Amino acid sequence: MDSKKRTFIQAAAAFLQNAHITGFFTGKIYDGAGKNICVPGLNCYSCPGALSACPIGSLQNAVTAWKFKFPCYVLGLMIFFGAAFGRLICGFLCPFGFLQDLLFKVPVPKKLRSFRGDAQLRYLKYTVLFIMVLILPFAHKFTPVYCKYLCPSGTLSGILLSAADSRLRSLFGWIFTWKAVVLTAVVLTSMAVFRPFCKYLCPLGAFYALFNRVSAVRLKVDGEKCVRCGVCARVCDMAVNPVISPNHPECIRCGQCVRCCPHEAIGFTFASKPIRVKALAENQKKPK
Amino acid sequence: MEKRRNFLTAALLAAAAILMAAGVAMEQNEQVFAKATRVCLECIGIG
Ligand code: SF4
Ligand code: SF4
Repeated sequence: MDSKKRTFIQAAAAFLQNAHITGFFTGKIYDGAGKNICVPGLNCYSCPGALSACPIGSLQNAVTAWKFKFPCYVLGLMIFFGAAFGRLICGFLCPFGFLQDLLFKVPVPKKLRSFRGDAQLRYLKYTVLFIMVLILPFAHKFTPVYCKYLCPSGTLSGILLSAADSRLRSLFGWIFTWKAVVLTAVVLTSMAVFRPFCKYLCPLGAFYALFNRVSAVRLKVDGEKCVRCGVCARVCDMAVNPVISPNHPECIRCGQCVRCCPHEAIGFTFASKPIRVKALAENQKKPK
Repeated sequence: MEKRRNFLTAALLAAAAILMAAGVAMEQNEQVFAKATRVCLECIGIG
């Protein structure tokens, strides 16, 4: 599969998850049956276009309203997505990941592939998941701390909603200002660094990362064909070396390495059965 | 190794299905629905 096809799938997925077009003009969110289920990616349910619920928002809500009932439904859905696809969801289905991919295409003087502390900083998203999404809501009077103070997808929804509903704008205060700063930082950083929110902050990416090694969809390197030329590691924007760790938690299954391997040594598998993804020579990305 | 992984995948999928079914039986999907159909003031930066 070439990168244009991936972009097409990402665009289609983002559109299908936000196809309540009238919401963008009326400022009214969708309230149909689709909101009983969560989408796999990060997509705020208060986005005027959203047709389904956000898994992290729903998990926060379930945690804050826990009252000794384990959040079976939302966790069940999230485990299902994770066990079936792992971070393939990040690579193909998440609208916020797609937005960052688009921003990374904006030409800036220097693209930063890695920097000192990059590897350590990637653990931050697990802290966000466990502390902000799961633990702090109890300590902070059952407030959905992540949604309230960090989530840039929610801020984007607020901006889109307020564009159609002027009353909302008058309610914005310091929390919105703070969240707008976070969103702006994510947007600007995304132009120079590939998917900074996914790498360092996203609790949903952290959750799916826990499943990457055991999800049904996995990457496999054929040891017979691989000549260890290092091309795959050089083209990976997530700075993963698939030869050393094909199912690394940071791998978003974008397929770049599959496309670029000159020996067709890397492939996707589903429950260990190879999925044929043609390495189209004309679409190969030149190694950096 | 691969077999063990596939077994783990299947076990996780089965556990997920059981959790989802239990959640629906406890009407937790309605909790999701109720939250998702009202504008979440915390999410959009007001609450
Ligand atoms: S890490 Fe989070 S925001 Fe990034 S693609 Fe995955 S779910 Fe979406
Ligand atoms: S290892 Fe391959 S599939 Fe994974 S993120 Fe890197 S280029 Fe994409």
